[in-house]
Amino acid sequence: MSKIIATKAIRGAHKIVARAKEDLTKAIDESGIDSPVAFPDTNYYLPFAYAMLGIKAQKAKDLLEILKYAESLLPPIPTENIWLPYLGPTLDAGMATLFAEEIIEVLKYSFGNAVTPTHDYWVGFTTDAILREQGIKLVDGRMPGFAAIVGAAPTNAEAVRMVRELQERHILVFMSAASDGKCIAQQLNEEGVQMGWETFLVPHGNDIASTVYALNFAARAAMTFGGITPKGIKEAREILLYNKNRVHAFVLALGDVDDEKHATAAGAISFGFPVVADTDIDQILPTGVCRYEHVVSPVAREKMVDKAIEIRGLKLSIDKLDIPVPYGPAFEGERVRRPQTACEIGGKFSKAFEFLRIKKAGDVENGKIQVIGPELDTVPEGGATPYAMIVDVAGRKMQPDFESVLERRFHNFLSEAMGIMHTGQRDMVWIRVSKEARKAGLLFKHFGVIVHAKLLKEFPSIVDKAQVTIYTKLEDVAMLVPEAQAAYQERDERLAGMTDESVDVFYSCKLCQSYAPTHVCVISPEKLGLCGAYNWLDGKAASEINPLGGNEPILKGQCLDPVKGEWQGVTEYIYQKSNKTISKVSMYSIMDSPSTSCGCFECILAVIPETNGLMIVNRGYSGMTPCGMKFAVLAGSVGGGNQTPGFMGVGRLYLTSKKFVSAEDGLKRLVWMTKELKEALSDKLNKRCIEIGAPDLFDKIADETITTDAQELAAYLKKVKHPALDMPPLM
Amino acid sequence: MSRKKLQDKANLKVLESAKKAGIETVWDRFEAQAPQCGFGMLGICCRMCNMGPCRIDPFGAGPKAGACGATADTIAARDMARATAAGSASHSDHARDLAMTLIAVGKGQTQGYAIRDPFKLKRVASEFGIEVENKKDNEIALQLGQKVLEEFGKQEGELVFSKRAPKKQQDIWKAQNIIPRGIDREVVETLSRTHEGMDQDYKNLVQTTMRVALADGWGGSMIATELSDILFGSPQPIRARANLGVLREDEVNVIIHGHEPTLSDVIATAAQDKELLDFAKAHGAKGINVAGICCTANEILVRRGLPVAGNFLQQELAILTGAIEVMVVDIQCIMPGVTQAAKHFHTKVISTSPKASIPGAEAIPFHEDKALDTAKHIIKLAIENYKNRDRSRMNIPKESMELVAGFTAENIFYHLGGRFRGSYKPLNENIINGRIRGVAGVVGCDNPKMGSGAHHVELVKELIKNNCLVVQTGCAAIECAKEGLLRPETAYEMAGDGLKEVCKAVGIPPVLHAGSCVDNSRILIACCEMVKEGGVGNGLDELPVAGAAIEWMAEKAMAIGWYFVSSGLLVAFGTPLRVTGSQALTDYITKDIENIVGGKWTFIEDPIECAHAMIAHIDKKRKALKLQPLLYAQSFPVQV
Repeated sequence: MSKIIATKAIRGAHKIVARAKEDLTKAIDESGIDSPVAFPDTNYYLPFAYAMLGIKAQKAKDLLEILKYAESLLPPIPTENIWLPYLGPTLDAGMATLFAEEIIEVLKYSFGNAVTPTHDYWVGFTTDAILREQGIKLVDGRMPGFAAIVGAAPTNAEAVRMVRELQERHILVFMSAASDGKCIAQQLNEEGVQMGWETFLVPHGNDIASTVYALNFAARAAMTFGGITPKGIKEAREILLYNKNRVHAFVLALGDVDDEKHATAAGAISFGFPVVADTDIDQILPTGVCRYEHVVSPVAREKMVDKAIEIRGLKLSIDKLDIPVPYGPAFEGERVRRPQTACEIGGKFSKAFEFLRIKKAGDVENGKIQVIGPELDTVPEGGATPYAMIVDVAGRKMQPDFESVLERRFHNFLSEAMGIMHTGQRDMVWIRVSKEARKAGLLFKHFGVIVHAKLLKEFPSIVDKAQVTIYTKLEDVAMLVPEAQAAYQERDERLAGMTDESVDVFYSCKLCQSYAPTHVCVISPEKLGLCGAYNWLDGKAASEINPLGGNEPILKGQCLDPVKGEWQGVTEYIYQKSNKTISKVSMYSIMDSPSTSCGCFECILAVIPETNGLMIVNRGYSGMTPCGMKFAVLAGSVGGGNQTPGFMGVGRLYLTSKKFVSAEDGLKRLVWMTKELKEALSDKLNKRCIEIGAPDLFDKIADETITTDAQELAAYLKKVKHPALDMPPLM
Repeated sequence: MSRKKLQDKANLKVLESAKKAGIETVWDRFEAQAPQCGFGMLGICCRMCNMGPCRIDPFGAGPKAGACGATADTIAARDMARATAAGSASHSDHARDLAMTLIAVGKGQTQGYAIRDPFKLKRVASEFGIEVENKKDNEIALQLGQKVLEEFGKQEGELVFSKRAPKKQQDIWKAQNIIPRGIDREVVETLSRTHEGMDQDYKNLVQTTMRVALADGWGGSMIATELSDILFGSPQPIRARANLGVLREDEVNVIIHGHEPTLSDVIATAAQDKELLDFAKAHGAKGINVAGICCTANEILVRRGLPVAGNFLQQELAILTGAIEVMVVDIQCIMPGVTQAAKHFHTKVISTSPKASIPGAEAIPFHEDKALDTAKHIIKLAIENYKNRDRSRMNIPKESMELVAGFTAENIFYHLGGRFRGSYKPLNENIINGRIRGVAGVVGCDNPKMGSGAHHVELVKELIKNNCLVVQTGCAAIECAKEGLLRPETAYEMAGDGLKEVCKAVGIPPVLHAGSCVDNSRILIACCEMVKEGGVGNGLDELPVAGAAIEWMAEKAMAIGWYFVSSGLLVAFGTPLRVTGSQALTDYITKDIENIVGGKWTFIEDPIECAHAMIAHIDKKRKALKLQPLLYAQSFPVQV
């Protein structure tokens, strides 16, 4: 701390703690000491207070306990001369501030308040479900970090420029607090910028206290993905260090930095999150609590993002593509709605497909982009156009198996351009281009530029050369589609014929070890990664691309148990790579040494003892399940790299695999699944049901429209004669 | 040797009036000793047996051996070993008394004492293998006291605290057979081995010297520090003032002088007693001012923020102000000159330890079971003596300086990260990234040979200017406090750019006061924590640190110096150990020993040169660790 910063932060902490006390006293006077308090849809109580103190606050009186602790942290303000050390006390003051802010915010959600912090475009508290969803982006590196912006830019234009800069770097943006009465989120709203989790722009509130949402998000990340269970100071420290080491966040302070902002920033510093300010608020350059500098100011606004990236030590590659629209993962989730659409491609509007094929090196002219037919700018506003994108790839290490791996990535590549909404693949692709993007000059040519550049960048050891041809005349598209369709079918058959027995090598995935240090995914042809994002071919491709990366080949070795799915080589690999904590894994069992789960599983599979069967719930389903827990609660007990017999994170496609918990008799155990999953997988599941000689099984599997109660479920299963009831006991 | 410069204005003012009154002080008596004995200084005078005294001719023309045949090498090494053993014994006996007090507290047989740091009690007790769960503090205290006493009488094994050292040091000590077994055993063995006709190999004598010194650093001194914290509270950064100007014209001035906090703590408590305050007022005094001298001053400074009247060389000067009602003394560093000076004034000198009987002083033996009563009695004597103060002869200098003291190896954690993120990481990181060049310990006595402490000040200024964070204890710390170096503002005024940034970030002075001379153990522990935090070496010998006791005087300083050298550090003394009559021994301890234990000695009188030698050593360690280049320009360039 500089003494100036320490003085302001400590003074601010006193003010905010006093404010929390006032709010709480008023609330207790009005509603009583036993009235319930809670943030929406979380199992982490007041997440920051829970993380730091292990207090499971559920009633107003629990807040008193937190407040008392906060007060005990408040130090005196440093003296003018002969001051005593203030760094430790200031950091304590920062923590006191965050405890107080969380109290202030939770009170806004409690006592039947009509207007909670979640209203209009304001997001307020982040639910556990969103936390988990965004966690995946942290795991796979799509999101290199968070920026918490407090205050506002001097002009709306500058506000937009700054968040675009962050979006292009794939950095998640939290926005809170006001300067001169305004929050940057209000500026963005005035400019019509789309905000929300899909665009990485998350407005928390214009109260300084709402800044705590960024930090109770961070605290939960450590608990959810780091598997740290709060208890006392030791665990609190681990949670903070987890953030320092793994969650690359920083604070951008815009405009006047008052005492309360200083106090909140002091709290952020304990997380290892440094502060960059555009006004002169003094500096803290020596390192130690954060990774590099703690407070840097004044920094010109156009250099703030770069400076923050530098002092937080963010590693990111900036995709500077020669296209007329901003580009980055922050735009991946962006929706282009009908009225904003300049042009429809595919879907029900036109014939379209995307196809990648392997070619000999001599047949590919690297970087050649051709558009044969009318360009995007000639399509009538709101109209549709036929479209075929054919990408020819050559590379010494390129294999036919990789064609589908690369092709599937077109979705990400194109979605990340602002103004392109891309869904589906192959001949089921549906693309929308926004009016704004077309106005900015976006052409089909740029689709080629994007795909070419990203293929070479992301698959450098596989792709040596690539050329892109886009056809937009119907006759061309119709003529070319049979070749593509034949290839799609051939690929599917090849993959379908591949079994765990037919290969010698499985692939590991350790990408999540940054979050769950003992977790090792083993991906086999018949069991995809539990996040659903990696199948065996992806693993193979990834290990070719980077032999030292997160995906390594595992020689299966001698089979120790074909039923449970245990191999000598796999066992040894997992033991070594789990820091010698996991000594046995049965690939096909949920009961005996099941696979570990990280935190980003697509679905959770769980035993329902009353039914002698299994249920599966997907992420995104927020209702109750027959095991008595919602997805978020289940996820809390399953994740963190632990083996939890009876519970397991899985990818959704695993349901359709012949090896789906085959040690426990597989699909016939499945008694309940969410309606969404059932509908999405109906074709594949029906096919599997026929294969296993139980063609009516699919209809016997209950969903939430039938019941979410275990007893009722058991009765239902008895009524429909579900096979699970007659099978050997699971437990 | 002529009188060196006396820079302290307070001292000069009092000395001037003493001179007028014809009262003699340590500087006068020191001058009267000139020329001091050259044989003694070179360590080649032997008084071990009655065939002697013998002496070796340093110029080579005369005797090359004593009557028994002992060479300069043997004579100097034996003398050094014995002196080190005496120093080690002093700290350790001090520790033993604290263990006795802890036991008495455990048994409920004390008055005015309590367990003031129960957390540390439990932590230390756990180190000693005592089960602490569900036990009362008193119960733990009793058991810990008994266990600690075993450290003194143990014959085999290793001292418990030696396990705090990094594994590398422990391995070296085991390999060199210098790991201390029992504190008393090492002292006795050293005395035995230095008897006439015993150990004659200087290298083997250095071995016993190191072991008896380690028994101090990782034994006696460390025990004294830890038990003092348990009994009197662990220090926290605290403000105070230092120098003779803290004496009050209109209050009863009670000086506590010596080393043990056992006495001073309870006197400080008694001075706040309402009845006694009223009693003082009834005697015309506005209050009771308890101030310290020497290491007792440091003990009550770091725990209570009580003022420091002065360091070792100022003990007579305090009396010469004519404003002291009572000077209470216990053990160590009490000059016999004190009672001589007191004869000229109304000051009563009260000796409290049966181990240090002082002619001319009133003996009021101090026992734990009546501690508070005794303390009150002493304060009462002081109040009653207030009326005898001759105001016409009163001469209190106005000089006193503000300071911040009370840094410990433990509270550094908090101050570098708060309650939730406490760690040594910011210290290590800023050493690694080149803001802080290294850490220097500047400790020890003040010695009239060198003037009156100015060498410490010059040395420390040069070190902080070159971005070395300085840690201090003892009379050296008091000297720098008087010169204002312990103010946090010093960082802005004198520190190099990198160190300044760190001080500014943390809010600390560039010179950290860590306590009394037994508290040098805190520096050992802090060094261990640096190793544990990582990035600056796997052993104490690899750290970019160095130590100095440039004005050393006591045998205790030799023990301290040797335990730092044996623990792997460079130690600089201003005037050499009395070994220079033996070239072989001198070379051995200033050069060869570095390859054995990692540390070594250097003797440099000039404070600037001394600072540069320490910095060069630090630079050498930085280079070996491949640390980053220093972040800012240095007034003394990098030396490797």
